Amino acid sequence: MTKQRIVGTSVPRLEGRDKVTGQARYVDDMVLPGMIYGATVRSHIPRGKIKRISFGPGIDWSKFAIVTPTDIPGKNCIALIEDDQPCLADGVVNQPEEAILLLAHPDRHLLPKAVEAVSVEYDPLPAIFTMEESEQRSQIIWGADNVFKSYLIEKGDVDPLWQDADFIVEGEYRTGAQEQLYIETNGMIASFDAQQGLTVWGSLQCPYYVHKALMKLCDLSADRVRVVQLETGGAFGGKEEYPSMIAGHAGLLAMKSGKPVKIIYDRLEDMTATTKRHPSRTRHRTAVSKDGRILGGEIEFTIDGGAYETLSPVVLSRGAIHSGGPYYWPNVRIRAKAVATNAPPQGAFRGFGAPQSLFALERHMDRVAQVVGLSPVEIRRRNFLKPGETTITGQTVREEIDVGKLLDRALELSNYEAKKEKFARHNPQSARKRGIGLAAFLHGAGFTGAGERYLSSVVGVEASTDGSVRVLVSSTEFGQGTKTVLCQIAAEALGLRYEDVEIAQPDTQEVPNSGPTVASRTIMVVGKLVQSAAMGIKQTLMAGGLLGESYSPEEFRAVCRSYVAQHGKFRSLARYEQPDDMVWDEEKYRGSAYAAFAWAIYVAEVTVDLTTYNVLVNDFVALQEVGRVLHPVLAKGQIIGGVAQAIGFALYEKVVWEKGRMQNGQMTNYIMPTSADLPTIRVYFEELGNVHGAFGAKGIGELPMDGPAPAIVNAIEAALGVPFNSIPLLPEDIFDALDEKVGPESKFSSARGEP
Amino acid sequence: MRANPAEYEFAVPDSMRGVLSLLARDPGEWLPIAGGTDLMVQYSAGSLHARKLVSIWNLPELRRIEVSAEEVQIGASCTYTDLRAHEVVNRDFTLLASAASWTGGIANQNRGTIGGNIVNASPAADSLPALLVYGAELLVVSVRGERRVPYRTFHIDYRKTQLEPDELIRAVCLPRRFSEYYAQARKVGARNAQAIAKVCLAALGRLEDGLVADLRLAMGSVAPVPLRLTETEHIVKGRPIEPTLVRLARMAVVSEIRPIDDMRSTARYRAAVAANLVAEFLEQLAAGGTKT
Amino acid sequence: MNEFPPQREKSEIILRVNGKFVAVRAHGMERLLDVLRDDLGLTGTKEGCGEGECGACAILLDGVLVNSCLIPAFQANGADLVTIEGLAADGRLQLLQQTFLEFGGTQCGICTPGMIMAAFHLLSKKPQPTREEIREGLSGNLCRCTGYAQIFEAVAEAGRRGGTT
Repeated sequence: MTKQRIVGTSVPRLEGRDKVTGQARYVDDMVLPGMIYGATVRSHIPRGKIKRISFGPGIDWSKFAIVTPTDIPGKNCIALIEDDQPCLADGVVNQPEEAILLLAHPDRHLLPKAVEAVSVEYDPLPAIFTMEESEQRSQIIWGADNVFKSYLIEKGDVDPLWQDADFIVEGEYRTGAQEQLYIETNGMIASFDAQQGLTVWGSLQCPYYVHKALMKLCDLSADRVRVVQLETGGAFGGKEEYPSMIAGHAGLLAMKSGKPVKIIYDRLEDMTATTKRHPSRTRHRTAVSKDGRILGGEIEFTIDGGAYETLSPVVLSRGAIHSGGPYYWPNVRIRAKAVATNAPPQGAFRGFGAPQSLFALERHMDRVAQVVGLSPVEIRRRNFLKPGETTITGQTVREEIDVGKLLDRALELSNYEAKKEKFARHNPQSARKRGIGLAAFLHGAGFTGAGERYLSSVVGVEASTDGSVRVLVSSTEFGQGTKTVLCQIAAEALGLRYEDVEIAQPDTQEVPNSGPTVASRTIMVVGKLVQSAAMGIKQTLMAGGLLGESYSPEEFRAVCRSYVAQHGKFRSLARYEQPDDMVWDEEKYRGSAYAAFAWAIYVAEVTVDLTTYNVLVNDFVALQEVGRVLHPVLAKGQIIGGVAQAIGFALYEKVVWEKGRMQNGQMTNYIMPTSADLPTIRVYFEELGNVHGAFGAKGIGELPMDGPAPAIVNAIEAALGVPFNSIPLLPEDIFDALDEKVGPESKFSSARGEP
Repeated sequence: MRANPAEYEFAVPDSMRGVLSLLARDPGEWLPIAGGTDLMVQYSAGSLHARKLVSIWNLPELRRIEVSAEEVQIGASCTYTDLRAHEVVNRDFTLLASAASWTGGIANQNRGTIGGNIVNASPAADSLPALLVYGAELLVVSVRGERRVPYRTFHIDYRKTQLEPDELIRAVCLPRRFSEYYAQARKVGARNAQAIAKVCLAALGRLEDGLVADLRLAMGSVAPVPLRLTETEHIVKGRPIEPTLVRLARMAVVSEIRPIDDMRSTARYRAAVAANLVAEFLEQLAAGGTKT
Repeated sequence: MNEFPPQREKSEIILRVNGKFVAVRAHGMERLLDVLRDDLGLTGTKEGCGEGECGACAILLDGVLVNSCLIPAFQANGADLVTIEGLAADGRLQLLQQTFLEFGGTQCGICTPGMIMAAFHLLSKKPQPTREEIREGLSGNLCRCTGYAQIFEAVAEAGRRGGTT
């Protein structure tokens, strides 16, 4: 195999220069001639029928463009999996902050008051706010039974196990909603022209999702809708599905007013009205042998999807499939369901169900360890999947992964055993309790099962007039390095320099549909297609006898230039083909769920201060096997950034709900970690390769989100001797648990370690 | 941004006299704005009721720090950065310097002012407990003249102060008698930087012959106003610090404060942590804590 | 010092921005952030929160780091401003811009202008900052992508190579 010159090195970020000089153009930086501004009137109640809408005094309504559901040319829905979510409330609201109508005006400063001046009268209906209320079905708010989707995954036979199991371990684990908190809020500009149709520019992850939704909403054919992604200031899944809604709103206002319309959410609107991570509840019941082997178990995994279906079935799917983690389950029954509540719909957020089910599993493994009388290390070691064994969906592990060895390395890097022993000695005399905890996990990259085949992604590489080569994908850059790595891949495949490759800005008029930029699939799946498409260019030129086996970049460019001069620009396309060994049964939910898994062991060291009950993460080791590291600086940045978000998920980021509405929708009150709250996050990679990924890469974007929370809570239990099974875990929760443990008489004093 | 700039009037008088005349002329109509770190947040949220703002940001007499033998006079428009950079404040008023370093990030410290912090009167404000224990006095001016107000009487109720509509705080005066005290400031927030305090403590103590000769405790976020813990101080003063006294002090703290449940925290947690902070302070004072 | 009569008309605000004098007509209570972005077309300075928490809007005003979303235009009259657009000179990147690129200090880029301004301000006061000083100097700038580590490496390296040149 030839040594790679570009892949595997940390080339400069392709669009980096524009970013550090302030030249990069995000949606709010863009202005169109005649552009006006849009705003959204939203519901104040969680559920009810709209009785009357009135436009209050003090506003010159004649100067406003107003859009109501009657202005919708197509179907009043945001098309996704189902068409159940209206673009504008259709006589009834099912969530706080539901969009009811739209306003636009040339002066953006007049909009807030105008929005306030629209009053909506309701006949309120009883609303539900928790998974439990939804399950009780005293109110049916969606479909026949409040259930968006359910899955049953079975392997082997669980029922006979309970009788003879040496141990039966049960536990219930919960995770809360989490806000993506991209620093750039959602925004969109739309322009409509009777000839050209509708064009939108905005902050988004999936141009073709928006394209599909606008076609249906505005009753326009595919060639009369154009979606352009602008520089996007963070996404993390929060701009996977939501942009279709805001694009729909801007589009309708543009069509009604005849002017380009810009809608930019301020932070409060973005936090309260858009999607968040699905809250979850997982119940484990596990049969374990006396030597600590999992005999089998039942897992009940439930997520709260909010008022409309959006992507809940897919989040559920991924969460359910990951609920068994990196362990061998000879028998298992997983019952998963996504239920409706009267809150804004939840949506995609890095990890997409896996952080939720893996939190539960990895907390549960520590509990199993305690019950059985083994260490957290040993219980895991005895149950890791080995090559040749099958996952909970019956997928055979085909790579030579040795998770036990990965564990050994993580323990060494974190000095786990020595620290554990030191803390056990030190804690009784100190008001600052220290603990160390670990989590073992995996993350499947790409769409589940038949998903990639269904997406049928297409990628193009185009030869240009100046001899350079241009990558054409709908995959978007939003910080994770899409542009940089896809160009590295193309350059490597073609034997060119990194500078010889460009990439088109995702524009549905320009680029084929390479699928959404989600599911950690971009480098692995789309990158591999870029490799193929690039090879296609090379083959064309070689077949024409114009290019030999070896050539310099300059020779390639010269040949390309003259070929294009003669024959015109040409594109090489590559379409995804499902590998033959990936067989998936969508009905039984069995088979090869993912083309590749990345494997990881994370270790967290914490200190709990018993004066303040604050937890500080002091040290963090993130060790993962990722196939191949294509860009060391970017890969490390993904892991550190993901771990930081997951530390927030575990310890800081609480959404305060009141009757389905987020109460703390400001950066002051929704607490994400600052640098002062983060330890040095030590990142290590192993590389086993991956035949299904570009240059052997596996997806890593979401992996770091799965492990930190359980590792941290495991460490806190080690420090305090008190189990916590719900995150976010705040100092107030720690105090309440310690206070309860100690008893009412010794109020507050003994909690600090005094006798 | 939920406010309409066109609805607002502003004035930039070039002297104190100009500002005070305006406040006297239309009492209650003009809102003084210094660095804007509180008011502009309210403005952007669309919740600023005032429609006329008068700038006091650039008046030199409000930006001075004057040191005499008896006291330090800090101009009301001195920023947290000004406080942190001042030699005497750093050395002799560590509680205030610490609080200044915990208030927001550097950009907000460059604009936030001590006068603004006082007038905004949030019970969670970081600097105010320090002013209480230092026995601060405020110089309050209007066209009617100047008066000196003991800071401990200044806050009347939640976000309500003694300040009349035509008055301005000119300076904060801190008596220079605490440099030999053991001082400790603690802030407990939701995270380690840029956080609103869930509980904060400013504490000064002095031992003499093994007994507590003086104790001054003030806390934020445990009552509608920044609170001086006079009952707790009373129980402790004149006694030696030992476990029984610390336990009594804890109980006194819990009974004296009035914390609430709010979006940021719970009353139980605040009470527990408040007691812990005071206990910790007393234990460290007893352990021979010297001036920090 | 000038006195504006109380009014609801726009008034003229004179600024020096990145070395050039400009006059802008703006309402006194327009946020300086919006004056920069909308009136002067300098869109490098970003809005992330509108409440002075995230630091994406940070600029230098009379040499001092401030959050421009919290400054009313009328208080900036006569001020000397430096924004991200003013750092690179003659097409050559300023040192911090260089190291941010080398060390992965920028991912999505939205926090980058404010972050670089804060780092620039820090290095002008502390040319060789310790990690703790970097952390403190940048504590008012939130980043959701990087987890801060590679940003701090970039700042430390810029310090080693020569600070604010």
